[in-house]
Amino acid sequence: MLSLGSVGAKSTKPSFVSYVTPEEIKLEKEPPKKLKHPDLLPGEVEFCSANPILKYTQDDLSQRGVFGTLFCTNFRITFISDEKSQEETTKTFKNKLYGENDIPLMFVDHIYGVYDEKRKLITGALVKNKYPSKIIIHCKDLRVFQFCLTYTKEEDAKKIFQGIAHHCLEEKSLKCVFAFSYTGTPSPEMQRKRETILFDSPEDWTQEMKRTKANCRLVTENENFELSQRLPKYFVIPSALGDLFSYQGKGFPIWCWSHYSGCALFKASLPPVTQEDGDFQKHFDIMINAVAHNYLYSAKTEDLSESLPTIQDIQQSYNKFKQFFLIENSTDFWLSDMKWFSSLESSGWLDIIRQCLQKAVEVVECLEKDNTNVLITEEEGTDLCCVISSLVQIMLDPYYRTLMGFQSLVQKEWVAGCHAFLDRCNHLHQKDKECYSPVFLLFLECVWQLVQQHSPAFQFSETYLTVLSDSVHMPVFSTFLFNSAHHRESVLKAESPLAQSSPLSCPTVWDWSVQFDSKAQNYFFNPLYSEKVKHEKAVRKPHKLKHQRQLSLPSTAFKTPFKKGFFKDETDSLKKMLRVKRLSRWMGSPDSTAAISREFYESWQQRPLDYHGLLLPCLDGPAVRVWMQRYLRWIPEVHILGGGSVAVMTKLMELLSQVQDLKRVLEQRDSSQAAKPDHRPYIQHRLLSFGSSGRLPSSFPFAYSRNRSFKPIIPTGLMQCLMLTDSLASQEDEASSFVSLV
Amino acid sequence: TSCVIPSGVHLNLRASHKNDMSLVEVEEANPAMASAPIAPYNSSPLGNSSSPNASRESLKMEPLADVAMLPGEERVIDKDIIYICPFNAAVKGKVFITNYRLYFKNTDSETPVTLDVPLGVISRVEKMGGASSRGENSYGLEITCKDMRNLRFALKQEGHSRRDIFEIIFKYAFPLSHGMQLFAFLSQEKYEENGWNVYEAMEEYRRQVLPNSEWRVTFINKNYELCDTYPTILVVPYKATDEDLRRVAAFRSRCRIPVLSWFHKENHAVIMRCSQPLVGMSGKRNKDDERYLDLIREANGTTKLTIYDARPNVNAVANKATGGGYEGDDAYQNAELVFLDIHNIHVMRESLKKLKDIVYPNVEESHWLSSLESTHWLEHIKLVLSGAIQVADKVSSGSSVVVHCSDGWDRTAQLTSLAMLMLDSYYRTLRGFQVLLEKEWISFGHKFASRIGHGDKNHADQDRSPIFLQFIDCVWQMTKQFPTAFEFNERLLVVILDHLYSCRFGTFLYNCESARESNNVRGKTVSLWSFVNSDTSLYINPFFTPESSRVLYPVASMRHLELWVTYYIRWNPRILHQQQSPVEQRYKELLALRDQYLKKLEELQLSDSTHLTNSSTPNAATPNQHITHLQTPF
Repeated sequence: MLSLGSVGAKSTKPSFVSYVTPEEIKLEKEPPKKLKHPDLLPGEVEFCSANPILKYTQDDLSQRGVFGTLFCTNFRITFISDEKSQEETTKTFKNKLYGENDIPLMFVDHIYGVYDEKRKLITGALVKNKYPSKIIIHCKDLRVFQFCLTYTKEEDAKKIFQGIAHHCLEEKSLKCVFAFSYTGTPSPEMQRKRETILFDSPEDWTQEMKRTKANCRLVTENENFELSQRLPKYFVIPSALGDLFSYQGKGFPIWCWSHYSGCALFKASLPPVTQEDGDFQKHFDIMINAVAHNYLYSAKTEDLSESLPTIQDIQQSYNKFKQFFLIENSTDFWLSDMKWFSSLESSGWLDIIRQCLQKAVEVVECLEKDNTNVLITEEEGTDLCCVISSLVQIMLDPYYRTLMGFQSLVQKEWVAGCHAFLDRCNHLHQKDKECYSPVFLLFLECVWQLVQQHSPAFQFSETYLTVLSDSVHMPVFSTFLFNSAHHRESVLKAESPLAQSSPLSCPTVWDWSVQFDSKAQNYFFNPLYSEKVKHEKAVRKPHKLKHQRQLSLPSTAFKTPFKKGFFKDETDSLKKMLRVKRLSRWMGSPDSTAAISREFYESWQQRPLDYHGLLLPCLDGPAVRVWMQRYLRWIPEVHILGGGSVAVMTKLMELLSQVQDLKRVLEQRDSSQAAKPDHRPYIQHRLLSFGSSGRLPSSFPFAYSRNRSFKPIIPTGLMQCLMLTDSLASQEDEASSFVSLV
Repeated sequence: TSCVIPSGVHLNLRASHKNDMSLVEVEEANPAMASAPIAPYNSSPLGNSSSPNASRESLKMEPLADVAMLPGEERVIDKDIIYICPFNAAVKGKVFITNYRLYFKNTDSETPVTLDVPLGVISRVEKMGGASSRGENSYGLEITCKDMRNLRFALKQEGHSRRDIFEIIFKYAFPLSHGMQLFAFLSQEKYEENGWNVYEAMEEYRRQVLPNSEWRVTFINKNYELCDTYPTILVVPYKATDEDLRRVAAFRSRCRIPVLSWFHKENHAVIMRCSQPLVGMSGKRNKDDERYLDLIREANGTTKLTIYDARPNVNAVANKATGGGYEGDDAYQNAELVFLDIHNIHVMRESLKKLKDIVYPNVEESHWLSSLESTHWLEHIKLVLSGAIQVADKVSSGSSVVVHCSDGWDRTAQLTSLAMLMLDSYYRTLRGFQVLLEKEWISFGHKFASRIGHGDKNHADQDRSPIFLQFIDCVWQMTKQFPTAFEFNERLLVVILDHLYSCRFGTFLYNCESARESNNVRGKTVSLWSFVNSDTSLYINPFFTPESSRVLYPVASMRHLELWVTYYIRWNPRILHQQQSPVEQRYKELLALRDQYLKKLEELQLSDSTHLTNSSTPNAATPNQHITHLQTPF
């Protein structure tokens, strides 16, 4: 499965036998009367279509399917069944932009064509004149679609195949992305701005510095990207750093977050250190000095490109990993079940997750235990720096574990922070694969590990994370579409229909109402979230919260109210000495740091767990797990009907709604008793309607509410598979000899 | 300082649930993790009067450090010792040995480090190092336990300091090898409920609507004459005479003839269990056996009886050499034979051994997943579960099945009991699960004594195998996949496993009913269910939703099977132990909140009704309606 391209062995699989013969089709299908057309989104244009197309149903081995029409538009590939399906309408968790038979073009990961029983990877639209009998589409959200083209007219088949291949696989310009055609009316801007902080204005940054009591300087000189096009529009630097224009072309520390003790986390882009580069060393010293000046003249630096996998490693690992979930049929599923654990391990993906979390824990330890400033660096400063700094902030700051806080964090570190989403996600299908890497997904994976280990600490649910991981590829939002703030601004300005007046406004992904109605959005909230006790919540002052998340009291003796001039009075020698003492590149041998941070973890573990305090992940083998919801949601073999954590959550939600009802009744009584209107707001009714129907599949809310039989899924062993293929092979032999006789 | 207490001195203190070793240890995330903090010692001198020798008050009343002893438990020796905790450094303290347990408490620091180990879990005691060995703490004892841990103690090198304690542990851990009795026969514990009454065979068969026109109860085995490893009451086809049964017994290994385990009330399909037919190399046939299986098939008009042979095909063939074998196609024409590929007890034992290697004391780090895979433990779980799924599926589709392996007491018990758990929601209740274990495992002669080696020093005995543990693991996997379908919780499963080894209760002692009867286990020992059922609240799953007619089919895929960390790795403090799952905690909080609100509303209504007599407000009806609406689901 790992090697792309033609996989000859696959073709002999019995599952490729189609059980629908052309004769049957004639019986089943009436001559097409009226082509059903998809409901187009505003701005969506239909390119081509073909009928009849057989879409294989994924969940049984017999490879049966449904007939319908396949369309390709500027937004998606869509399949419209000839039969009427009620599935879509009954779904409680429905995406307004695409349904179960829609594949937004940017979701397409790979397309395979089956030519004469041989599976080939399609790399572009110009593949001879031949079109495959069957196309298999692997999506970035891990869905797998299989369409059979043999029942439709040759020219239609050719057209739809080339249309799909062209629009999905050919390198295209950013302008072709649907977001620039989409004319859906975004919901009132004000409302969502109030909630998620976008970090696109100086005020947002000032506010954030105030919230964390940071002692840094806001830079507005890059408003017109004069300093650098790779830098954010606004950012914050250590106050000790001088004139930025003098450092042009070199990286400098950008503030991420301040610990309550005063020490802070900075990130910087740094070219790899070349030895004996005096100029570089000088610049590096200036930077580290500036960082150290932030608090108590202490600093540690960490070059992430040295200690973590490269973005190419990450991509390769994920490529291997995702293959295990792109299951085309039951036989594949049970075959891959045999070596499941070692396959997972061989991809290295879980190990990369562990390494990132481990690194973040090390940084947390520096901030929390040693109260030193930390500067993390890498070449670009916008990949692993974003991963680590975001994770550190989630572990240390409970605000980022709320839904709005988390979204603000993604804005701050990733979107405003200039992560190259366009290149990393390869939205444009560029052939140059060098810069493609699922770095943001890696971050979400790490967050998921934290969520599953410490569920009550997070306001958002894993469903939210799963949806967010899909939304990265939704070509409707501007959030994940650009490589930098400068890129965003220039493109949006250029693409504006009313040039010069106002830039094009695309909805942000945080406007969830574009994708989900409010009922469905309730699934984003974690019912286990332990909210802060009421009176504390009412205060709503962020600095109040900070005292809550203290693990241990910082040594107040070191605290000085006039930090700025702290070293002014010191003699140079003392300064030097201190510097030697506290200024250190801090990576020892990997073993020793692991042992040290283990100690840190254990001492944290011994304290009573405070969900609004420091949060550390357990990184032992069994603790780092596969994100089941995201990766297994489309595989029918693993759905447990009426089981999984969904079953428990359903019970919990039922009870929660009862309690909330009761509370309301009581409050009503109270207010009527007091004979005056009630000013207190009711607790928000985040009631999930899990449906009264009882048994939901474990893949809820993603699985289709398909009428599944109650038959169990009986694993087929390797032996049985082999036997099956053998007998089939012999049958084929007989058949061929028969043919030759004729 | 060590002191040997004369065996006449009884220290009878009330046993309390909270002091039970198994419970505490699962729950706590104590840093030391040797064991959990023990509930405060109950100082009321309850055992006082029952003690025959009241003269040495001080010694007698000194508690075992801070844990209460069980009635019938006696102190044997105390000793200063160093516990070499694999997760921390060496811990200085004192070890107390009684006739039931090994208890260790540290003396060197404030943070308590305790160990509370029933001697029954010990499988092996070895001396480590010699009087001349160098290095710190190199002289001492190494104790291998059956519950996935090893304990190491160090002593002072001078004066043969370990000789007495080694001998005492060796003697009391393996009483049967020393002509002594298991602790279960010495225990004086009393419980309100008598757990021996949990399972009455007739009552259980009646629950299954048996006997009926197709199936009869036979007492042919009332003196264990037909089969000495079967229970006295058996259910067989109505048309089979006792004489038939005797002739069938001659053709089945150890006379374990096909008898009914479970009857499907709607479609009348049955699960039958037995041992392998004695076909042998020559391919012997037995007309009576063939006819008997056909009677089973005919009982509900099954067209083809399915025989599930739990073994891999090759093993079944190999068994012919020793006189066994399987039902051949030509002899049993109305039957279909399916091999389920489950390996034998030796393979399972080795697999668990490998598992222990990668989880104790340290969890394999660099290659956790491939190491886990290489133990094959979960693969075996998968095969057992998928075998049981096939059995359950066949039966629920209306066909009767016969399940056997070689002797019909290991893999067969796993398969029938798991299939019954899937088919019959009664067995998913706290009481029903006890009945299931009593019926399919205990009464039908799973050889607990041989498989566990209770009180026996022969740690390398080839008969030992974690078959029952594997079954409980399968049950745990099912409870994980269906968290609302079981009335009992994970804690019950852990308690069952702990007392599988502890020898505190008689439940799992001996190999079969006849041996239990001749040793008067019911009369002389306490049942584990007495203990469990005297405080059931500990074992109740709050999410349990009874659904009587539902068949549970777990997904037997590696994607869903997971290592039971809270059992196999529970001794490791680093593995995240959550005292209670957050969901459960939240649920209980909400339950309390709901009750509180309901109470408040009730009070308000009460005051309302008094108001109502004065002035009737139209609004007053609304809350009333609300409450009735809210209460309906409960």
